[in-house]
Amino acid sequence: MHVTLTINDTKHSLDLDPRTTLLDAIRSHAGLTGTKKGCDHGQCGACTVMVNGRRINSCLSLAVMHDGDAVTTIEGLGTPEALSPLQAAFLETDGFQCGYCTPGQICSATAMLEEIRAGWPSHVSETLDGPALPTEAEIAERMSGNLCRCSAYPNIVAAIRLAAAEREDAA
Amino acid sequence: MTREMTHDGPDADHRLDGMAQGVLGRGEPRPEGALKVTGRAVYTGDQQAPGMVHGALVRATITRGRVTTLNSATVLEMPGVLAVIDDPRLVRFSGQGATTKPPKADAAGVVYHGQPIALVVAETLEQARHAALRLTVDYAEEPGAVTGPEDPAAEVELPQKKQSETGAPDAALEAADTVIDRIYRTASMSSAPMEPHASLAEWQGGKLVLHSTLQMLASAQGQVAAALGIEPEDIRILAPHVGGGFGSKLGISPETVAAAIAAQQMRRPVSVVCTRPQSMETTSRRSETLQRIQMGADDEGRLTMIGHEALVSNLPGQKFSEPVQQATHFTYEAAHRRVVHRVARVHRLVAASVRAPGEAVGATAFECAMDELADKLGLCPVALRLRNIPKVEPGTGRPFSSHKLAEALTEGARRFGWEHRHASPRARREGEWWIGMGMSSLVRVNTVMEAKARVSLSLDGTALVETDMTDIGTGSYAILSQIAAEMLGLPMGSVETVLGDTDLPASSGSGGSFGAASTGSAVYLACLELRSRLAEAMGCPEPELTLKDGHAIHDNRKVPLSTLMGGAAMQAEGHLIPGEAEDKARQATWGAAFAEVGVNAITGEIRVRRMLGTFAIGRVLNAQTARSQALGGMIWGIGMALTEELVHDARDGHIVNRDLAEYHVPVNADVPALEVHFLEERDDWAPMQAKGIGELGICGAGAAIVNAVHNACGVRVRSLPMTVDKVLAGLVEAEADQG
Repeated sequence: MHVTLTINDTKHSLDLDPRTTLLDAIRSHAGLTGTKKGCDHGQCGACTVMVNGRRINSCLSLAVMHDGDAVTTIEGLGTPEALSPLQAAFLETDGFQCGYCTPGQICSATAMLEEIRAGWPSHVSETLDGPALPTEAEIAERMSGNLCRCSAYPNIVAAIRLAAAEREDAA
Repeated sequence: MTREMTHDGPDADHRLDGMAQGVLGRGEPRPEGALKVTGRAVYTGDQQAPGMVHGALVRATITRGRVTTLNSATVLEMPGVLAVIDDPRLVRFSGQGATTKPPKADAAGVVYHGQPIALVVAETLEQARHAALRLTVDYAEEPGAVTGPEDPAAEVELPQKKQSETGAPDAALEAADTVIDRIYRTASMSSAPMEPHASLAEWQGGKLVLHSTLQMLASAQGQVAAALGIEPEDIRILAPHVGGGFGSKLGISPETVAAAIAAQQMRRPVSVVCTRPQSMETTSRRSETLQRIQMGADDEGRLTMIGHEALVSNLPGQKFSEPVQQATHFTYEAAHRRVVHRVARVHRLVAASVRAPGEAVGATAFECAMDELADKLGLCPVALRLRNIPKVEPGTGRPFSSHKLAEALTEGARRFGWEHRHASPRARREGEWWIGMGMSSLVRVNTVMEAKARVSLSLDGTALVETDMTDIGTGSYAILSQIAAEMLGLPMGSVETVLGDTDLPASSGSGGSFGAASTGSAVYLACLELRSRLAEAMGCPEPELTLKDGHAIHDNRKVPLSTLMGGAAMQAEGHLIPGEAEDKARQATWGAAFAEVGVNAITGEIRVRRMLGTFAIGRVLNAQTARSQALGGMIWGIGMALTEELVHDARDGHIVNRDLAEYHVPVNADVPALEVHFLEERDDWAPMQAKGIGELGICGAGAAIVNAVHNACGVRVRSLPMTVDKVLAGLVEAEADQG
């Protein structure tokens, strides 16, 4: 089937087996292997990308469901020479070890901070309608769909808080 | 030119402390970090090759027997399917670490449910997976499968080397003022690295090029060679980035061999990436354990008797058995001791090394028993441990290479605020929650492995470190660069480290907490050789030569390295050879873990509220990556204590929860603020005075949580993980006891 995806502002016209997941389309057909496959079942979050600005597990979605969608992957957030604030913060706090879950963590965190800014509540929020804040508890709760077996969690939370604080300062 | 060192005894020179660059020990960021955070680090499953096709493993649906027919014809008619491979060389499970002996071949002979039996190869991943699921298989089942270690039909072996007895343990127990005699259980567990096991094989002429998810490349090369019946020299393995291993990638796995055979047969590159269930079910696991711990103590809390019996399991014929009592021999003093080690032969996935084989489960159970003893004696758990620290290794009389347990305990207690703990359970309540504190000693044996590395110094003032070492998240890129930078007086940015290629000098590989000290020492030795040559050019003895920021300094002379090198690049190899040091002294890493938990009085839910660990590991090579390793170890302790359990079906032994939805590794919300404190020391018996840190955290941290739960709510759970059902049953009992 023919599918057109805009990945990191570049249009990809792909001819795909309808069984192809969005994850495999990104990795094997668009050649962007920064997005990782950890479980292929929506259990680990390593494949997290942003579709039209929202984070999703790309392994749980078929590519044909995303014809015309705009996808942002880890490669679209920054480069080794020009890191995004979250990428720089992960590097600074050692928010990873083996690095395999890291692209998913960073894509997830990028979208998650927008969710907090938009006031979306979480399981640990005090109220459903109050402003949401990037506290340790909120971040840990909202990032729990991204597993890290090296268990860099304390450093991941620190990285996200650092990036969030820098953005507050800049605002 | 190679600088060799056989590690025969202590080294009090501490040369690294006399270097001038000042980068070693600092929390330098990982040099490969920018690649990892931007998705540019290329892992095995990311590799593409022109003409590459895909293989999908097929797993057995019986526990014991033989494959009689693979009904290949129907799947070969499916679009894109190229072959169904059932080569007798296909292996049944992962190999063990640090050996060139391959895992058992003949995949048609089934010894556990889920074993790989064939590989379906197709043009695309989707086609291969679909066909693998469609392939029907006929079996000749054999009766007599034993699926659990406590099955009365299980054959039980007592390996002679793992039994020991000192003094008269039975009489000592009889005479003791206070006695503990308890059974503890730990669950079958999975390494579950985030990167599934994967291999891409390609034959170039007669030579096999293999990208594979492996921790130890040199021994894996030997395993692949033996499995395929070719020479190791004809195999090149590449693994520059490995997405975690935790033991499961020490040896080769079924997909490694399958990819190589398929690529040979297809004459095309073949990629085999395990699905998550395959990654958990066809590689290796940590054995479940049943441990009987006996202790006798006098009135003052001095241990008179220690008994530690263990029952673990593995497949018939497997030599490895979880070394549960590895540290029991030397952690605490007691005149009378007994260790009994039983291995039940079961038809379950092979058991092998998972992070800290032995102490992870052995020290954890033992430290739970210590808490019970402290409770019975009415003694502070920290004080009980302090009272039983031996001066020399019990049994052998060997000296300890360094011993920081006492300091780890007292410093940890002070930093944690241990004095605020209530001695009796159910003393602190916040709303629905019982709050309590617990602690544990941490102990892990320390060892080094043979390792080689090459260091080249260029005229442009940069250095290149090359070795087949892997970085599985451990920080190898950072620390090897730091050692070279420190020794050669170069800024970090001037040192490049290239890893993960069997064409490079053979390292220790990553595993057993030996990677940093072993391969780091090879880099150190290569640099020492380069320093000698630079000193000669400078006309001074090597120890007097100062190297800093690309310059050599001696006696008021400061010369750029390039000038000193006389227009020629320099290269040297370092070679560390394990020697008698290991026999002359008992070497271990030491620490202590403290935990505060909340237990919900109504639901039995456990929340770890905070944790602190103190760690004595000799010289810290990188403060940041060492801290991350310590955090990881402690968090694995949380998983072991609370959530992690591979559930084996009682009927056929298959792993029921072979994925990340059902096998519960800790998630971000399970992990509270953690504090790590290093008791920096120099262990003269360790090369570079540095020991390992990758495993120490898990060697007891779980017990601190178990003990904290008891302190909180009075419930002792002796079967890990302490899931809510177990806690709740205890809470109901505790309420009833209180009337």
